[in-house]
Amino acid sequence: MNSPSHYDTVIVGAGMSGLAAGIRLAHFGRRVCICERHSAPGGLNSFYSIGGRKYDVGLHAMTNYVPAGTKGTPLGRLLRQLRIEREELALCPQKQSRVVFGAGGGAGLRFTNDRAVLEQEIAEKFPRQIDGFRRLATSLGIYDELAADSSGASARAVVRRHIADPLLEDLLFCPLMYYGSASERDMDYAQFGIMFRSIYLEGLARPFEGIRPIIRVLLDKFRVAGGERRMNCGVARLVERGGRVAAVVLDDGSEITADHVISSIGADETRALLRAAPYATGAPAVEGGRRLSFVETIRVLRTQPRDFGWGDDTIVFFNDHDRFDYAVPAEPVDLRSGVICIPNNFDYGGRDLPEGLVRVTCLANYAAWAALPEPDYRAAKARWLGAMTASAGRFLLPVTEAALDAATVATDMFTPRTITHFTGHWQGAVYGSPCKVRDGGTGLANLHLCGTDQGMLGIVGSMLSGIAAANRHVLQAAARA
Amino acid sequence: MTKDECKQLVLSIIADIAPDEDLTNVKPDVRLREQLQLDSMDFLDIVMELRKRHGIEVPEAEYIQLASLDSCAEYLTPKFNALAGQS
Repeated sequence: MNSPSHYDTVIVGAGMSGLAAGIRLAHFGRRVCICERHSAPGGLNSFYSIGGRKYDVGLHAMTNYVPAGTKGTPLGRLLRQLRIEREELALCPQKQSRVVFGAGGGAGLRFTNDRAVLEQEIAEKFPRQIDGFRRLATSLGIYDELAADSSGASARAVVRRHIADPLLEDLLFCPLMYYGSASERDMDYAQFGIMFRSIYLEGLARPFEGIRPIIRVLLDKFRVAGGERRMNCGVARLVERGGRVAAVVLDDGSEITADHVISSIGADETRALLRAAPYATGAPAVEGGRRLSFVETIRVLRTQPRDFGWGDDTIVFFNDHDRFDYAVPAEPVDLRSGVICIPNNFDYGGRDLPEGLVRVTCLANYAAWAALPEPDYRAAKARWLGAMTASAGRFLLPVTEAALDAATVATDMFTPRTITHFTGHWQGAVYGSPCKVRDGGTGLANLHLCGTDQGMLGIVGSMLSGIAAANRHVLQAAARA
Repeated sequence: MTKDECKQLVLSIIADIAPDEDLTNVKPDVRLREQLQLDSMDFLDIVMELRKRHGIEVPEAEYIQLASLDSCAEYLTPKFNALAGQS
């Protein structure tokens, strides 16, 4: 069929995985339409403006950073598959990150994009564990994250075979969980391996302008390859007939058809599109448990963070207890642990960001935020902003509240409710469901998943997920036919 | 299309797919994956680019014919010439 409403593939969602899948398909001559409900692309890694100032939704740092010329890595694979030149992403490496435990900041590890730094830290601070750590790192270094099957093994159990110190174990798990775990307290060993390599064995980086240049490159590639993108145009329903998606119903009630549908909105969220009577309002309670979500505050300063003595750390993962408890909190916000990201502290080759930026992220309870009437919601945000600032402030060089307020030109904050509102992911989930569908299957012959619930996380992971979905379920499927 | 022209054509595809690879000393009789950092996704792209640029179809069972430049030339040259003969 050549009607304007029929496509080879419809992709649900213009986030990182959807855009990457679209680029692959359009490049090889498929008629692709990406449908995005929001006005802006990027999904969980989108951008916005307030008061003339540009903000990133999710980006702290891109993982999987390796120096130019490094072969055979996920970043290299991504650049090749999307025909992107490394320079187009203009990635600038982190300076250093710290993991700090204890209210006095008593225990911790430092790491940089040089894996030798972390090894040296462990050799000095946990000398009885260094051999075990090296064994663990060696076994993880050879893992191929594109393998479709998941080990199903407990990461904690495997790590404990090599590392006998629970403090070191928690210090190592903390950043990996904050940057990519959908599971409470433990992780799938395969997932742990992916995160371990992408952060500890490879590294963290950020473009000078944040997420926008990355999204711009993806949009351009997609457009030049002939892909079509409809914004403010969500998919309301998927009509099933005979075990296949027969029609895609858009928010405005119109229908388009496609030989294939790739959905990046999440496994349960996609299944909901197949229901005869879709949910009328909001996101339903999730069967089988809650989802991990976060609140995040962004503080814009008229000075550079280094003027406060905060110029060394790119990211600080903090926890005021001895043991690290990564779980959905009972309270709206869990102040005990979190992530401080200072975007100024990447190596931008001598350039400074125009303003100071400090982001603080903590675990949050979606239900507690979703239920609040609007005025109470705003008041709660203001209250928790102060509390999160105070909690995180214990792990940076002390600055008086007065000095910080005087230097602050703007603040913003998002909650689990914000995430669901703009991305449609249920329960404010940033890393999706704890149950991943590694083969992207849905039970329908022409409907496949990519993105968070396929199992690959983060900006690089989700792009690779979209690439793999396009390759496996459309391009290679055609070659086999 | 001669076999040498076919090898050049395959090299130009690889140059687009893997621009960070040095192709100046590729030995035609040695497996490409032993000389260059090419994985299964890259080989999928060689196949896809052959179809996109030249209309050549390589079934999955025959990917192994693309292992080296020499085997590419043996396998692909007749396909090119068959297509040329039809146009």
